Amino acid sequence: MTPLRRQRFILVGLLVLGVSVALGLALLALRENINLFFSPTQVKAGEAPQQTSFRLGGMVVEGSVRRPDDDLTVEFTLTDTVEQVTVTYKGFLPDLFREGQGIVAQGMLNSNGLFEAKQVLAKHDENYMPPEVADALKKAKEMGLK
Amino acid sequence: MTAELGLLALIIAFCTAVVLGIVPLYGSIRRHTTCIAVARPAVWVQLVFVAIAYGCLTYAFLDNDFSVSYVANNSNSKLPLLYKISGVWAAHEGSLLLWVLILSGWTGAVTIFSRTVPDDMIAKVLGVMGLISVGFLSFILFTSNPFSRQFPPVTEGRDLNPLLQDPGLAIHPPMLYLGYVGFSVVFAFAIAALITGRLDMAWARWSRPWTTTAWSFLTLGIALGSWWAYYELGWGGWWFWDPVENASFMPWLMGTALIHTLAATEKRGVFKAWTVLLAVFTFSLSLLGTFLVRSGVLTSVHAFASDPERGLFILIFLVIVVGGSLTLYAWRAPSIRSVPGFNPVSRESALLINNVLLVTTTATVLLGTLYPLFIDALGLGKISVGPPYFNSIFVPLTVPLVVAMGFGALCRWKKDTFARLRGDLGMLLLASLLAGGICPLAMDHYSLAAASAGTLGCWAMFTAIRGLWIRATPGRRWQGLARTPRAYWGMTLAHSGIGIFVIGVAFTTIYSTEKDLSMAPGERFSVGRYEYQFDGVQNLSGPNYVAQTGTVIISRDGRLIARLSPEKRRYLVQQMPMTEAGIQAGFWGDFYASLGERLDDRGRWAVRVQYKAFIRWIWLGALLMAAGGLLAASDRRYRTVARAPVREPAAQTTPILSG
Repeated sequence: MTPLRRQRFILVGLLVLGVSVALGLALLALRENINLFFSPTQVKAGEAPQQTSFRLGGMVVEGSVRRPDDDLTVEFTLTDTVEQVTVTYKGFLPDLFREGQGIVAQGMLNSNGLFEAKQVLAKHDENYMPPEVADALKKAKEMGLK
Repeated sequence: MTAELGLLALIIAFCTAVVLGIVPLYGSIRRHTTCIAVARPAVWVQLVFVAIAYGCLTYAFLDNDFSVSYVANNSNSKLPLLYKISGVWAAHEGSLLLWVLILSGWTGAVTIFSRTVPDDMIAKVLGVMGLISVGFLSFILFTSNPFSRQFPPVTEGRDLNPLLQDPGLAIHPPMLYLGYVGFSVVFAFAIAALITGRLDMAWARWSRPWTTTAWSFLTLGIALGSWWAYYELGWGGWWFWDPVENASFMPWLMGTALIHTLAATEKRGVFKAWTVLLAVFTFSLSLLGTFLVRSGVLTSVHAFASDPERGLFILIFLVIVVGGSLTLYAWRAPSIRSVPGFNPVSRESALLINNVLLVTTTATVLLGTLYPLFIDALGLGKISVGPPYFNSIFVPLTVPLVVAMGFGALCRWKKDTFARLRGDLGMLLLASLLAGGICPLAMDHYSLAAASAGTLGCWAMFTAIRGLWIRATPGRRWQGLARTPRAYWGMTLAHSGIGIFVIGVAFTTIYSTEKDLSMAPGERFSVGRYEYQFDGVQNLSGPNYVAQTGTVIISRDGRLIARLSPEKRRYLVQQMPMTEAGIQAGFWGDFYASLGERLDDRGRWAVRVQYKAFIRWIWLGALLMAAGGLLAASDRRYRTVARAPVREPAAQTTPILSG
């Protein structure tokens, strides 16, 4: 083989190898790490998966936030104005978590239908609603009108 | 009047940019000297008028001119001076103005520092940069005018987003933009070279210092952003794989590939076509970064602006830039001839591995960042891709990258043999294994993962230093080191920075401790060897906020170690709560405390206490990389006049061993 051929051969070989390994890894990792979003209405309709982590979003119902114990466990209810799901979470709530605010919680449903959140996210903007939550509220409203 | 003056200046700058984008390019193709001569003055006129516009907006902030909606939305009369100045780039319109100001600045710098470049080449480079200015200036003028007034005017502004009221974040965007926009220079050089069809080694030499400088600023910008997230968001994390972080990280990865392949192109005349392609991709990713962050398409804490019209504009702009460059590339690429031939064992091979890995990494980050957007756009549902995806891909791709880096630093260009390298490699591997294996012994518990990361980090540092050592002539080492060009020192510094970064990341991940506690005043809690005592909170007030400051005392065996004052601030205008972490920084680790919320009426608070081992090493590594880049860019050889007929290296017989 001429040096040029050999160089091209190495180049192409490395590229193909690198890209295919990376693509395989990427697709595998993507499949395992995608978090689907569901609204309370979808959860009540049984569309949300059991035993698998997903994102739940909605407005925190006024007066629903309570702390049963002295530790950091907190319970609150999320709504999309049609249905409600109760969330339990142990840990730090974000700065902008408050009643009436739209938030997204990541976690899974337990056997009692309670959503056990691993993470609670709120947006850092006064008038800002997480886009998924805004979308879910809109859909719920449309359903209510029908 | 100031706002109108600013707008007028912006319009004049736009017209100048149009002239700059057309006349010199035409002149250089038609060999029309007068048209070529237009380039340099046009650059300066544009710079002056953009600077005037920028100054006007800054003045409007300082003057509390709340009739300008941008000022009213992002400032307040009680805002401290520093944040009035940085407020200019706090949101969409102003940050674009900063973008254009920096672009004009880079263009001006090209006219000053590229005196060795032939006039017709520089005319094309400046012309291409002028065209980019046209794109951004028309974007500002047609969709995002920062000077638009509102009627009736308000008497008080809505204040700067409290998240942005921080010195670290005040200088984060300018650094980041210096990097993003800096890549426009190498892009312009690449396009100019494609137009001429003369992709010789000279264009690589001309664009190298620019690219390395831009890359250094981008490195600094990303590091600043990470540091800010660490102390300001109150979670103690330093990287979240948030789409906005990815937006700045992708051009960095691609830019890293680019600075390495530019070296190969300049020194050896290989990878010419590939280098041009990388220059196009790097700048396109910078544009994509701006698009992702500023169009509000992301579901992210960072996306403050949202306006589909703007998004569409940037998208079209992006399509024109990428599509246009790739078309030009497809047309010209067949005529590009790389100097053929290098051994599988050579520095070129190592750089090839570097490029394959870096480009693959960029592609996977891009996939993870854009995938949710595609799914959403196709109406297939709302999803998000979490950090585990990025971590599971990034780590396996980075490890071979660092291994190859050490190998490449020792290899000769073109042709080397394992037989020659065996001694050095073996010794360095042994030293790295030893040092890496010993490191974790000093920690709480031994971790094999930490030992492996330590070995990898040491490998990066040892090989870099060994490379420098070999380079200096034996016998007269110190004189040799003094005479080693700055470019080589820069490489050594940057590669060592990678090593320190790797160790920092691994040790932070493995040896940090975190505990969320519910604490009443006076209560104590032990985490590991440390005892944390919470002493309640006091009320304080700042210029535009009120705060509750807690006191957390950390002791070990009854000895006081740190006294932290985490704060919970409430900014008065936007009524937004903010967490300010209390941090005691240390070379080996930080003590970190943040306040959650008050849990009951007896003063019980949610308190998060953390020990972040080796966290400073992450930013120290990044600082070394940036410093190395700047040092390399200041190398004397870039300033000397390019030797006119470019040497074809195939004719050389002596092996070259240089950075």
